[in-house]
Amino acid sequence: MTQNRSQDREHRAIEVSERVADVPPSGIRRYFELAEEVEDIISLGVGEPDFSAPWAIREAAIASLERGATSYTTNRGLRSLREAIETYVHRRFDLGYSAENEVLVTTGASEAVDLAIRTLVDPDDVVAVVEPTYLSYRPIGRLTGAEVIGVPTAVEDDFRVTPERLAGAGADEADVLVMCYPNNPTGAVMQIDALRRVGTFAREHDLTIISDEIYAELSYEDDHVSIASLPGMRERTVVINGFSKAFAMTGLRLGYALGPAHVIDAMNRIHQYTMLSSPTTAQHAALEGLRSCLDEVGSMRQSYDRRRKFVLARLAELGIDCFEAKGAFYVFPRCPWPDEERFVESLLEEEQVAVVPGHVFGESGDGHLRVSYATSLEQLREAMSRLERFLAE
Amino acid sequence: MEPREEVLALLAENARYTLEDIARMTDLTAAEAEALIAELEDEGVIAGYQAVVNWRVADRERARAEVELNVTLDRETSYDDIARRIAGFPEVKTLQLVSGNYDFLARVEAGSTREISRFVSERIAPVPEITQTVTHFVMDTYKEQGIQMNGGGDEDDRLSISP
Repeated sequence: MTQNRSQDREHRAIEVSERVADVPPSGIRRYFELAEEVEDIISLGVGEPDFSAPWAIREAAIASLERGATSYTTNRGLRSLREAIETYVHRRFDLGYSAENEVLVTTGASEAVDLAIRTLVDPDDVVAVVEPTYLSYRPIGRLTGAEVIGVPTAVEDDFRVTPERLAGAGADEADVLVMCYPNNPTGAVMQIDALRRVGTFAREHDLTIISDEIYAELSYEDDHVSIASLPGMRERTVVINGFSKAFAMTGLRLGYALGPAHVIDAMNRIHQYTMLSSPTTAQHAALEGLRSCLDEVGSMRQSYDRRRKFVLARLAELGIDCFEAKGAFYVFPRCPWPDEERFVESLLEEEQVAVVPGHVFGESGDGHLRVSYATSLEQLREAMSRLERFLAE
Repeated sequence: MEPREEVLALLAENARYTLEDIARMTDLTAAEAEALIAELEDEGVIAGYQAVVNWRVADRERARAEVELNVTLDRETSYDDIARRIAGFPEVKTLQLVSGNYDFLARVEAGSTREISRFVSERIAPVPEITQTVTHFVMDTYKEQGIQMNGGGDEDDRLSISP
């Protein structure tokens, strides 16, 4: 009791800033708590690879520790890693960024998102976020004091963003547009023509684009195209990528941002005060990943692709409507019940299968479910059987 | 990937995938997958199907040895001739011609190390072309056919739901 009272007093004594108080709790939290209670769960609610990082990456991390590489690195990241990133994004995505001053190594792509938004957005600006989408853009945008508007996408367009959708949402008045393709949670990808149209819109309305391409390696039908590789787009785009998804090293926390030198320089100004440098061990690990693990990245991609086809086929057999997701490791079927929250909770309770309701990722995700196939085929097979039984009841 | 390659890759990964599963993971129908597999079997591309058994866990541990074999060739006898004589024994599970200090490497299995010793000395060593054998008894197996044994492999420490 005494302790509670003193906690209450503490609670009153320290006041959380209005900006933070204004940030709503993550919508996914509730489902995490529900899922944690369930035994024998098969979770299709996971937003990270089921693979561990390739062995060579782990060995490189260990070796760097053995050598005693436990100091800070330069703010921007190890020179050798930035050079490897320069070569990799050039070969893989036709992007030209200089290791010297156009690459910034960050603590996960998440830090890069934070830095990019804080660098580009003023309090009276408008940030447009293409939805449904990953959860962090909106709150980070709000923390800058800017107005954040959602740009809804729809299954009719295979969840691609179009100039019509942008205009309809008022993004022509926005200053910054944040988009993520291949997309979490829909699995949608943007081909070159669709990107060109968005590029034209951005130039016409003087929009800066933050393009989160963390799933770039996980594009199954066509190679990923970065919007920054299109003519006239490099100067108005910040590209964000990282090692978490493609190299299966989420916990090592390593990402990077690519952009014009003065933007990277400004992002680095925040980074040097808040982060100083990204984890050194992870930087050595990532360097090894780029040097020797691209084949393994390819086999993981192949494995995800098989599971993707498997899940899409099973959902079709069960009569669940699902557009053909071609990227990341999610499919985004329509929820068979009108009330998706009830569906998710009942499925969890009765069959111990976890999925995430689409509305968590933005209003336009309403009526859908995010189903992650970053889990073994055996688990997916069992999950689909449970789902089949659940629907039959 | 071509359908043939794709089906082979899938079966090499797990020979127990059902035709329906193979169809779901490729652009083939189950009937097409079945026909393709039959074709691959007929052509000898698929030579057989076996489970990867961890006999230690099954408590039916068998003795195993890797045996190096040195041979001499003459005008009438080729590597193939010698290989055929050795491969015929059921105890020989794998036989490969290799580069390096010896010519063949044979994986031999039997009920006990004594049986293996007897097999090597009575069946293999007396083959006239064989000049030397070196037998390495296997003490433990950590990885077989790409599968880690005895507690190897990675744990899944992920949160059940994440953004």
